[in-house]
Amino acid sequence: MSAFWLTITVLILSAFGAYAGRAQSLRVAGGDARKLHSLPKYYSSFVALGVLIPCLFVLVIWLFAQPKLIERGAEQMLNASSEPSLVMSDVRRVADGLGVAVAQGALSETEAHAPIENLRDVLGGVGVALGNEVTPDVLSAAQGMRAQEQRGNQFRMFAVLGLAALTLVFGLSRITPEFRARNAVERVVLALLITAASLAILTTVGIVLSMIFETRNFFGLHSWKDFFFGVKWAPNFRGDSELSILPLLWGTIYISLIALLVSVPIGLFAAIYLSEYAGPKTRGVAKPLLEILAGIPTIVYGLFALLTIGPLLLNTFGSGGLLGVEWMSGATAVLTAGLVMGIMLIPFVSSLSDDIINAVPQAMRDGSLGLGATKSETIRQVVIPAALPGIVGAILLAASRAIGETMIVVLGAGAIAKFSANPLDAMTTITTRIVSQLTGDGDFASPETLVAFALGLTLFVLTLGLNIIALYIVRKYREQYE
Amino acid sequence: MKENAMDNIKISAKNVQVYYADNHAIKDVNVEIEDKTVTAFIGPSGCGKSTFLRCLNRMNDTIDICRVEGDILIEGEDIYDRRVDPVQLRAKVGMVFQKPNPFPKSIYDNVAYGPRIHGLARGKADLDEIVEKSLRSAAIWDEVKDRLDAPGTGLSGGQQQRLCIARAVATAPEVLLMDEPCSALDPIATAQVEELIDELRQNFAVVIVTHSMQQAARVSQKTAFFHLGNLVEYGETNQIFTKPSDPRTESYITGRIG
Amino acid sequence: MSDPVKTSLLTLDARTKKRNAAETRFRMYGLAAIGAGLAMLVLLLVTIFGNGLGAFQQTFVTLNVPLLESKLDKKGERDLAKIKKVSTFGYAQLLSQAMEDALAENGIDSDLKAKKQAALLSKSAAADLRNFVISNTDKIGETVEFTFLANSRVDGYLKNRVTRESIADDKSINAEQLDLVDELVAAGVIKKRFNISFITGADASDQRPEAAGMGVAMMGSFFMMLVVLALALPIGVAASIYLEEFAPKNWITDIIEVNISNLAAVPSIVFGILGLAVFINYMHLPQSAPLVGGLVLTLMTLPTIIISTRASLKSVPPSIRDAALGVGASKMQSVFHHVLPLAAPGILTGTIIGLAQALGETAPLLLIGMIGFIASNAPDSVASGLLDPNSAMPAQIYEWAKRADPAFYERAWGGIIILLAFLITMNTIAVLLRRRFERRW
Repeated sequence: MSAFWLTITVLILSAFGAYAGRAQSLRVAGGDARKLHSLPKYYSSFVALGVLIPCLFVLVIWLFAQPKLIERGAEQMLNASSEPSLVMSDVRRVADGLGVAVAQGALSETEAHAPIENLRDVLGGVGVALGNEVTPDVLSAAQGMRAQEQRGNQFRMFAVLGLAALTLVFGLSRITPEFRARNAVERVVLALLITAASLAILTTVGIVLSMIFETRNFFGLHSWKDFFFGVKWAPNFRGDSELSILPLLWGTIYISLIALLVSVPIGLFAAIYLSEYAGPKTRGVAKPLLEILAGIPTIVYGLFALLTIGPLLLNTFGSGGLLGVEWMSGATAVLTAGLVMGIMLIPFVSSLSDDIINAVPQAMRDGSLGLGATKSETIRQVVIPAALPGIVGAILLAASRAIGETMIVVLGAGAIAKFSANPLDAMTTITTRIVSQLTGDGDFASPETLVAFALGLTLFVLTLGLNIIALYIVRKYREQYE
Repeated sequence: MKENAMDNIKISAKNVQVYYADNHAIKDVNVEIEDKTVTAFIGPSGCGKSTFLRCLNRMNDTIDICRVEGDILIEGEDIYDRRVDPVQLRAKVGMVFQKPNPFPKSIYDNVAYGPRIHGLARGKADLDEIVEKSLRSAAIWDEVKDRLDAPGTGLSGGQQQRLCIARAVATAPEVLLMDEPCSALDPIATAQVEELIDELRQNFAVVIVTHSMQQAARVSQKTAFFHLGNLVEYGETNQIFTKPSDPRTESYITGRIG
Repeated sequence: MSDPVKTSLLTLDARTKKRNAAETRFRMYGLAAIGAGLAMLVLLLVTIFGNGLGAFQQTFVTLNVPLLESKLDKKGERDLAKIKKVSTFGYAQLLSQAMEDALAENGIDSDLKAKKQAALLSKSAAADLRNFVISNTDKIGETVEFTFLANSRVDGYLKNRVTRESIADDKSINAEQLDLVDELVAAGVIKKRFNISFITGADASDQRPEAAGMGVAMMGSFFMMLVVLALALPIGVAASIYLEEFAPKNWITDIIEVNISNLAAVPSIVFGILGLAVFINYMHLPQSAPLVGGLVLTLMTLPTIIISTRASLKSVPPSIRDAALGVGASKMQSVFHHVLPLAAPGILTGTIIGLAQALGETAPLLLIGMIGFIASNAPDSVASGLLDPNSAMPAQIYEWAKRADPAFYERAWGGIIILLAFLITMNTIAVLLRRRFERRW
């Protein structure tokens, strides 16, 4: 029985449990629901959940554990020395292919277990292309895997269905008029709610573990000193790559800085105008319009950088351009990406600052205006200093956004890792290198690929640090005026 | 005394009407406020006394839906004249608010704020002098002279309010408006501020809004009673509290309306 | 205070004038900032629509193609297996013939070789013709009118992207061919019109920008959103209910809270790395599958949904809970019977906004392999929709932006218009929901 049909069966059993639970509760109460501790529907859900949750839990665990165990067994059987991962992927392919062949009728079940002569043609005929010729080792390993899989699936069916029957009987036997079904059901629901809430933690743990694990592999193959303190980023496939994060970090910071130089003044002044000067009508129109900029996907900004701003800058600063200078050689550059990222961050800065400026108590403004200060004096000398911690927090959050932004730099910044102070040069960033190292056809176990995880971990730590500091500052600031 | 008061008029309001959108908040108020006198505005909450006070230095300008009609003259000049800059006006008519609202700056900078923006000091020494003089006249100098660099928000409530008074005094105003200056303070701090108000009378016309009749009786020489946007009665404080001429005033001070 | 100089209120002193000027300047900075922001928005929108609207129009060539029996089915047996053996080269000859016929019919003389003439058609024309014949063998021997896509250069010429100056180094088209195009346009053989297959069609290879469409990528996005909705909404709501209504105030819940607000700010590419490491490398889920994309986007969207759900749960006043508890409901009942229904519009709004965010997200999709191939087959079932390799709208746009032929740029901008249309619709629904159900307590 496939996992899909097994799930359906469990669902049907659980639905039957729901029905039986209700009937049973009414029976023990002699048909009078008022004699029961809880409403009949709670008895019914009690039985249904009692079947559903353990069975699905076992099924999911089984689905993940069985392939791992079988694969480990096959690996030991093969004793493959040279490229275990490659051979194993062949084995998996052949095993899957045999399954397909049987399903399509190209092979009978018994044939699939016997040695097969023209395996490539047979599998090719059912649409499974095999790269190299299959060795008898691989074939027998694959057949062994299939056999084990079939046996495992049979066990799985017995285990899950047995458990379902057991829990069904147990659940029904618990029903008495005194049994507090509602409390039991609510405890289960609460447990589900807690599980959902801890998923957030699980995600973080997943992020950290997945990156730490691969980063450790990377540092096993490549010196950590070169990664953190080297000066060159030059991956190659000869095995002597120089993979230092510093040039990438420089590009990242430079682009982020330009983005902040664009977005902070514009965003801040826009927020000041909207919260201190604009009437409700202007505010009602301008604020949502500005926030459209925040809702536009980053891929759009990336395209805007690559195809609009980049060529525009090139026509200004490039050879044969408006200024008659030759400062820029391609459309992708630090300035291109920085400007566009700045545009993207304007609404981010302005809406955060807007909130923060609005949190400054009106009494503070009145105090200053009552002394005869003009509005701008009040804003510059009272409101902004009072809001400063919050604004700093907002800028840090914007910086963290800029550092982690991917699509704009992938399309707009270029691919050259170098230390240069010229904003018209193409440079590269941490995020662009993560994308390029993980999307090529490189060998997954090579340092050139694994370095992406070390870069990712650094990026994660960097942005997380900025976020924690920023959120702490903003929270402290809010408390001050509450 | 009466005749003397006539040439001593600092502010004179004629037929003042105030509207909040469609709500008629102040109805035809006429009042003359004397210099070097403490004038108290009393009345039940929502009677318009604070609104009227805020008209005197055009603080109501900051509220979009607020509209003022009639004339308010300070020394014969209409403060709602088109030529008048509210900024300049407010330098002349200072204000202290209900809740102490020191700026998140040092004590010194709080007091120096007004003189700085109005350009009253010629140099650092001059500014130091103004700050000290203002803090002294707000009777807080002795408490803060050793920590002028400490933030103003770190003071106690009563100290904060006196700091705000010093801040208002520092701009050398001619009139000082106080909007329930003691409502957020404890009794001891209140007593200190009341004492201070009495001293301030030497130099300014002081207008104080209060919800406490005892406070009005203690600090003011003249009292105006507002009710539902009307100025019901205006006169010597003594007379208002002992022989009110209007039955509504009497009801209020005997506690029947409030 | 005894100020010797009495100043009048009616005259402005010099200092006040200066201060007022500073005031005006400051105000202008604010206005300028808003103006700059709005100008950027306008520039962006003008760029998108200016460059992208062209993708919805395509140039077509209408030809009468003689489906010669001699070429397609020499023996006249109508044996499908044999007809299938005729390759696209065979069909290309028919196309050349049809082109020549069209020229003759319209009285156009051309010195161009037949091959050059036929090059005005899309490279997909022969394959289209072959597919038609295979599914309509009864038409063999007749002459059938077809509307083929024109080559992207011809299309670009009609859209002013390709000019006589710009083709100087272009091997795939020359000036004589453009002359021919001019004549064919005049004769009504070549026409530009609305192109539905850009919205519904599949991606095409590098050589055929004119045939590329968004349809399949749209399906990919649709299945991803299905996964996100099915997982993120229930999990997000459950987590929010626990945190807002049941969680005791202790360090564990504190950690969860801080964690969620930080997860909301983790760069999206990090979620892509997580997806690659956990879902693909560890769990061996299929690469490029919308299921994996959906899982990654679920993790990314969860914090957004949790934050907005908690806000709407918080806005339900405690009096409602007290009222329910007061008539003897359990805590769980008060939450599920009273609080949750009242918070539902807010939760829905937050979910739609979260989905819109996920729909436009690109970076994590790059890492789990949703780019770099031609998404050519529309899924035929839910399972294949979830598990078969596919692209997604933003990934498809990225893919087009990376290709060398500028004809794809127009497609990328056009794709953005489609993507934005979805986002605007979703956000409008969210705003309307909020307006309709907003409740003030």
